[in-house]
Amino acid sequence: MKPGFLSKNPSVLWFLAILACFTLVITLLSHAYGPGVISTSMVKTLGKTLCLCLIAIAMDLVWGYTGILSLGHFAFFGLGGYMIGMWLMYERTRDIVLASAGDFPMTQQEVRDAIGTQIFGVVGGSDLPAIWTFAGSLPMQLLFVVLVPGLLALIFGWLAFRSRVTGVYLSILTQAMTLALSLYLFQNESGLRGNNGLSGLQNIPGLAADQDHSSVWFLWASAFALALGYVLSAAIVSGKFGSVIRGIRDDEARVRFLGYPVEGYKLFVFTLTAVIAAIAGALYYPQAGIINPGEMAPIASIYLAVWVAIGGRGRLYGAVMGAFFVSIVSSWFTGGRVPDLPLGFYTVKWVDWWQVLLGLSFVLVTLLAPKGLSGLVDLLAHIRSPRRGGTPMGPDQGSLQQEEARE
Amino acid sequence: MSTGAGAATLLEVSGISVSFDGFKAINNLSFSIGRAELRAVIGPNGAGKTTFMDIVTGKTRPDEGSVLWGPMSTNLLKRNEAQIARAGIGRKFQKPTVFEDQSVTDNLMMALKAHRAPWRVLFWRAGARDAARVREVAEQVGLAEQLPRKAGELSHGQKQWLEIGMLLAQEPQLLLVDEPAAGMTLAEREQTTALLVALARDHAVVVVEHDMEFVRRLDCKVTVLHEGSVLAEGSLDHVTADKRVIEVYLGR
Repeated sequence: MKPGFLSKNPSVLWFLAILACFTLVITLLSHAYGPGVISTSMVKTLGKTLCLCLIAIAMDLVWGYTGILSLGHFAFFGLGGYMIGMWLMYERTRDIVLASAGDFPMTQQEVRDAIGTQIFGVVGGSDLPAIWTFAGSLPMQLLFVVLVPGLLALIFGWLAFRSRVTGVYLSILTQAMTLALSLYLFQNESGLRGNNGLSGLQNIPGLAADQDHSSVWFLWASAFALALGYVLSAAIVSGKFGSVIRGIRDDEARVRFLGYPVEGYKLFVFTLTAVIAAIAGALYYPQAGIINPGEMAPIASIYLAVWVAIGGRGRLYGAVMGAFFVSIVSSWFTGGRVPDLPLGFYTVKWVDWWQVLLGLSFVLVTLLAPKGLSGLVDLLAHIRSPRRGGTPMGPDQGSLQQEEARE
Repeated sequence: MSTGAGAATLLEVSGISVSFDGFKAINNLSFSIGRAELRAVIGPNGAGKTTFMDIVTGKTRPDEGSVLWGPMSTNLLKRNEAQIARAGIGRKFQKPTVFEDQSVTDNLMMALKAHRAPWRVLFWRAGARDAARVREVAEQVGLAEQLPRKAGELSHGQKQWLEIGMLLAQEPQLLLVDEPAAGMTLAEREQTTALLVALARDHAVVVVEHDMEFVRRLDCKVTVLHEGSVLAEGSLDHVTADKRVIEVYLGR
């Protein structure tokens, strides 16, 4: 890291400190390392939330900074989950197969066949499809976590940006991509167990620890990935690269006339954020325990945009705040523990009404507080954005006559 | 000042035509400018001035004709906007378009002549020379005091100057300047004139302007456009004496 990076970006230090405190407090209150005030399922929820914060940062980079409203980043998130899920499921099934065989010797082929029957029995198959060739190798599947979504984003982005598809048309295109991918995975022929998805992912093969411990370890890993993603993103947007992508967001044609290959920048950001999203997904699904194609439905990517908008786009901590706040509140409301609101003539059940509330707050934030939740940080830090605009004076009165020029 | 005819030609536009939905915006237009020459382009609204600039900068593709650039006579029609800008053609828009959300320094840094590829820019850090160059350009356009301010806070005239500064920072060989004096005070106009004349000593500068008084002060060869083609070319006195020019433009 260049000297002066932290001093120029005080929010990075704040963010890392808060994240470290958060992780430490959760750890010390967990079942595994403390009195158990926080249940293991709550630790998992918080760990998952950190992964959602990471994909929100990716979304902020691609939308808030570069101005590409991608409604497809959850596809990359899901793909990352599938890639790691394949290894988790394969290895665990192999352990089960070997255990049940006992001392009975099995050839490599017999083991593979038995694993195939175990995994694909549920969809009426028994052969391991070709895409499972490397499922037994953790390094290969980890490589695929990055490569598969990265390549998909690269090819999709290259085709879309090269044709100069922008704005709402690009959003629709990304949404179509997510939908197509989700529908494809719903088919049993896709080789990823159709609508059953991959399950049992919370059991980590070769790990003797119980869920109490492994959930805390995943929380650490998620926090670490989030910290890394935050610092990386902050480094990217603080330099000239950040200047250029914000320029692309505000006036793409002008950036072109300065000589910057706009399409190259968009492709770079789109692919990079797809990889960040995939890594977030690869950390998320072992904590969720199950992944199915429904997770990649377009609505998930739309939620992502809502989080970033509520948090405040164009600021990395805004995206994190939005994702954290909305998903925690969401799991609180949908968890059924919020008391119903009796209005006399009608009782508001929050499980049903939460989405209406979310939609309403999205509209209100967009209209009334464009900076979202991150605007609260401004209030705390007493940052007042200067009044901009003012009325342009006519040519004869000139620039220095203007009201704001006098101050 | 070179006349352009005998001196080495920097930009050679010949026989270009373009039509939008049947309307011929540019009709068999030819234009050339030398390596160090100042040229004013005038003409009534809809004469094709902006479309002409769009074609040279790669924004619009002509239906026919050719645009050749530099000593190697590179065909610019095969290049996109960014490549043309990197080849050395800078453009200042009529309406000042600066990046309002960013500081004056950032705006100038972005324009500063340097590598443009994403990977190079990602690891690029401003050195002492870059900072000095930005300061130098800012002083040249009178914005040295405004460097840390956001461009959006600047007044209209200051934005014009910032855009001119960005153009200078790019270090282009050919500057296409669309109505530079709009929104400027009389003193600022004189400053702009002086700057453009000074630049034309070692750059090719094309100025599109409505204000005849401003064009007179530039004291250079004038090209009059009308209905997408060149109506007259020569000194301002020469073209204003032209009957057809009076008829279509000045007479109104």
